[in-house]
Amino acid sequence: MVTAVHGALPDVRAVAETVTDPELPMLTLADLGVLRDVGVTHTGTVVVSITPTYSGCPAMDAMRADLRQALRAAGYEDVEVRTVLEPAWTTDWISAAGRAKLAKAGISPPHLAPTRGPGPVQLDLGTTVRVIRCPQCGSTRTEEQSRFSSTACKSLWRCRSCLEPFEHIKEI
Amino acid sequence: MGHTDHQDDFADAYGAIAADNDEHRWAFGSGFEDPLAGVDTSVPSGVDGTDLATYCLMLGDDALILSHRLQEWVSWAPELEDEVAIANIALDLLGQARLLLARAGKADGSNRGEDAYAYLRAAPELRNVNLVELDNGDFAHALARLLVFSTYRLALLDHLRTSRDPVLAAIAAKGVKEVTYHRDYAARWMLRLGDGTEESHSRAMDGLAAVWPYVDELFAAHEVELRLATAGIGVDPSSLRAEFDSVVAEVLTAATLTRPADGRASAGGGRSGEHTEALTILLTELQGLARALPDATW
Repeated sequence: MVTAVHGALPDVRAVAETVTDPELPMLTLADLGVLRDVGVTHTGTVVVSITPTYSGCPAMDAMRADLRQALRAAGYEDVEVRTVLEPAWTTDWISAAGRAKLAKAGISPPHLAPTRGPGPVQLDLGTTVRVIRCPQCGSTRTEEQSRFSSTACKSLWRCRSCLEPFEHIKEI
Repeated sequence: MGHTDHQDDFADAYGAIAADNDEHRWAFGSGFEDPLAGVDTSVPSGVDGTDLATYCLMLGDDALILSHRLQEWVSWAPELEDEVAIANIALDLLGQARLLLARAGKADGSNRGEDAYAYLRAAPELRNVNLVELDNGDFAHALARLLVFSTYRLALLDHLRTSRDPVLAAIAAKGVKEVTYHRDYAARWMLRLGDGTEESHSRAMDGLAAVWPYVDELFAAHEVELRLATAGIGVDPSSLRAEFDSVVAEVLTAATLTRPADGRASAGGGRSGEHTEALTILLTELQGLARALPDATW
């Protein structure tokens, strides 16, 4: 897909890249790796492709609306937002800038997503000790409270040094 | 009352939301966008579209109905963390259901949306296994069911990643990541309950005993599943039993629980539309508003 030059309109990818995530507003959709492609067809339709973080992500409709609104405001009237399911989103796609923004907001960024060997998915009964650094005080004396938190993509942790709770983006 | 800056802030905030006249900013009601918007949903060669749709309904209905049962737990779970965990698991399953029901509408040529399947089918038209429709029972019962279901579904989705239908393969690949967390959650709870107090151990055993008569149905292949397995689109569920048994054995051993005796609740099954009364009651709640006010949007 080719990005056409649209007279005096701002670069279409640059506009799409300003749109932020509805639930993690410190991150853009580009930082999060949700924005997969931006292009313009030969008939002038802007086509933006996004992928859901989780199947049930309730923010997908809001993301589509926000993308359309931002592009309309920049002068692009004809916008189509497409869903891409494959390959499935992974936290490895969160950019370095995105990770820095998360940490600054007190959310622990993800480590590398686990790689799978051959055979069935391994059961994790909680015996693996994981080192997650507290985003507030930097201590590694932390413990997982719950693998589910305020949104599907986060787990809930507590720091045993500063005693503050914090969230960690769980690796998928 | 005179205008204050404060009131103007509220007026502007409302205006900012309403001004673009884009109702999709609101994640309520019906009228959601097609979750498969922009996805190529053509039916692969060598497979009957009606079969493919039926198969998507089987997997989609499992997710839809268990999601509803898990949603019933919200505000009843033992701890806040579990409220959140169960709600998140229900949301993942609802997302999987939306994709699968939408895929069914593209495969059978009816072009029905997800809502038409979720809200406008009667119990005999649903294809979910009986396991997911049973009443919740106590927390141990719910966790025993979640362990059984997520162990089965994870094995199933993992095999579906290589389906010749690229849409099913993509839905499965995403679902594997989610259900891995669901299974771990259920397994860890079974560990706490089984290896906990005498009371929690006995409740975990009761929960397992209550769901176990519904296990065999998961692995009994329906003719549609067999045809799609042959076509490289679906999975023959009987091929998943060994992995299921091995994972469940690992959890039960660690939890000091014993596996109940095998035995099937009934000869029929949800894959053919044969359900228990519990599903009819569940659908009354799930579908009540949509049926009372057809085409309502809000």
